[in-house]
Amino acid sequence: MSDYAYYPGCSLETAASPYDKSVREVFKALGINLHEIEDWNCCGATMYMSVNNTVAYSISARNLALAQKMGMDVCAPCSSCFTILQKTNRYIDWDPKEREKINQALAAANLVYDKPVAVRHPLDILVNEIGLDTIKAKVVNSLAGLKVAPYYGCQIVRPYGYFDDVDDPVTMNKLLQALGAEVTHYPGKVRCCGGMLMTTEENIALKLNLGLLQAAVDNGAEMIATACPLCQMNLEAYQNKINQAFGKNFNIPIVYFTHLVGVALGMSPAKMGLDKLLVSPDKLLARAKEVRV
Amino acid sequence: MIERIEPFPKSEAELRTAFWGQLGKFPEGDKIKTCLQCGTCSGTCPVSYAMDITPRQVVALFRAGRIEDILHSRTIWICASCYSCTVRCPVGIRVTDTLYALKRIAMSRKIYPAQFHVQTMSKAFIGNIYKYGRNYELGLVIRFFLKSNIVKLFTMAGFGMAMIRRGRLAILPSKIKRINEVQAIIKRASQLGEN
Repeated sequence: MSDYAYYPGCSLETAASPYDKSVREVFKALGINLHEIEDWNCCGATMYMSVNNTVAYSISARNLALAQKMGMDVCAPCSSCFTILQKTNRYIDWDPKEREKINQALAAANLVYDKPVAVRHPLDILVNEIGLDTIKAKVVNSLAGLKVAPYYGCQIVRPYGYFDDVDDPVTMNKLLQALGAEVTHYPGKVRCCGGMLMTTEENIALKLNLGLLQAAVDNGAEMIATACPLCQMNLEAYQNKINQAFGKNFNIPIVYFTHLVGVALGMSPAKMGLDKLLVSPDKLLARAKEVRV
Repeated sequence: MIERIEPFPKSEAELRTAFWGQLGKFPEGDKIKTCLQCGTCSGTCPVSYAMDITPRQVVALFRAGRIEDILHSRTIWICASCYSCTVRCPVGIRVTDTLYALKRIAMSRKIYPAQFHVQTMSKAFIGNIYKYGRNYELGLVIRFFLKSNIVKLFTMAGFGMAMIRRGRLAILPSKIKRINEVQAIIKRASQLGEN
């Protein structure tokens, strides 16, 4: 399939805008058309689930109903959105009564969700739809020698293991290797960054991120590749605070995995928002300069 | 002599009914009955060290008829939804979903731990969705810290500016065009859902 209903989600409009830009650029270069779902709304994140089940699924389902109208599967780059939309699909499929209620709620906006659309993550689409061979053939700028820690985070693999193992996923490893990068051993690959705890209970989250940064450095990584806006934000924006709190000296760039694909395919770093990171990924940018953009 | 087993007090009985109702809202919710008390959930949880009661103890307290104690603990609000417990439970209990069920009961009955504000965040978040249809990060964070820790709000200003300069933090909320659709859906769904 080369057309997807694109669901950026709230983070990709703001804090994770470099993720949004890089996904759009990379997919365009690989001949995949992303059609942004017109007037999409927040998926509800982990927050709405804590308040009211039916409302949480109903607002999430509005986006799926809009995608159904487009007749396309959904591409959702944010891990949290990805899991929430997946969960909505699964739980309303499991519970016919809930499905009925959700459609009654959607009817208030003249919408219906009765032909489920699949929800896919860009990592899954890149590796399992486009394929490593196709991507490899388009690499103009090998990332050989670049040492990258692959950080999957929680929600693209858990709870469903939709396209990879819940404990030891390898999809990103394979993708980065196809670009020529040296993928380091990374024991933190599916450990939690704390998500929203960085705002609500900072001390807990700082400790989690300390472990993640330390594991990357200890295994020789020069940068961490993430697939989630919250992971990226916590690891990047709080590095200084972690250094202060724990007497460390981390200065490790946190890029999105799509940035590495883009640079390898010869795309402009600025077009992918790589200049908007707080810790500049100099070693990656140096690679980009080697090719004409 | 056989000891007479006292029925649960009325408040606990009511909470148990509500909890069983919530456990019916996701697949295999009743598997909680098969908990082995093995502690895999607590062992795999990256934040259990910071909880006042562990996920294993949540199930134990439920069995002991002390749901209200669970709701007064910080545990359900510290869970970051990483689902490690869910994928590792040897009998397949969906621990994360079970904690969500407890959060919904806590929210609907306003039973919270003392001096704790995580639930404030959930309320502010859903308020934003109703108003704008999307999350409004700056508004959310300001509202949260005004309520929980005003001093911290000022210490975050530098970081906020750095993000604004990079176009990674919006000063104004982004509002969807057909917000009336989202509001109509929320209103109708609230009438249909029981909590």
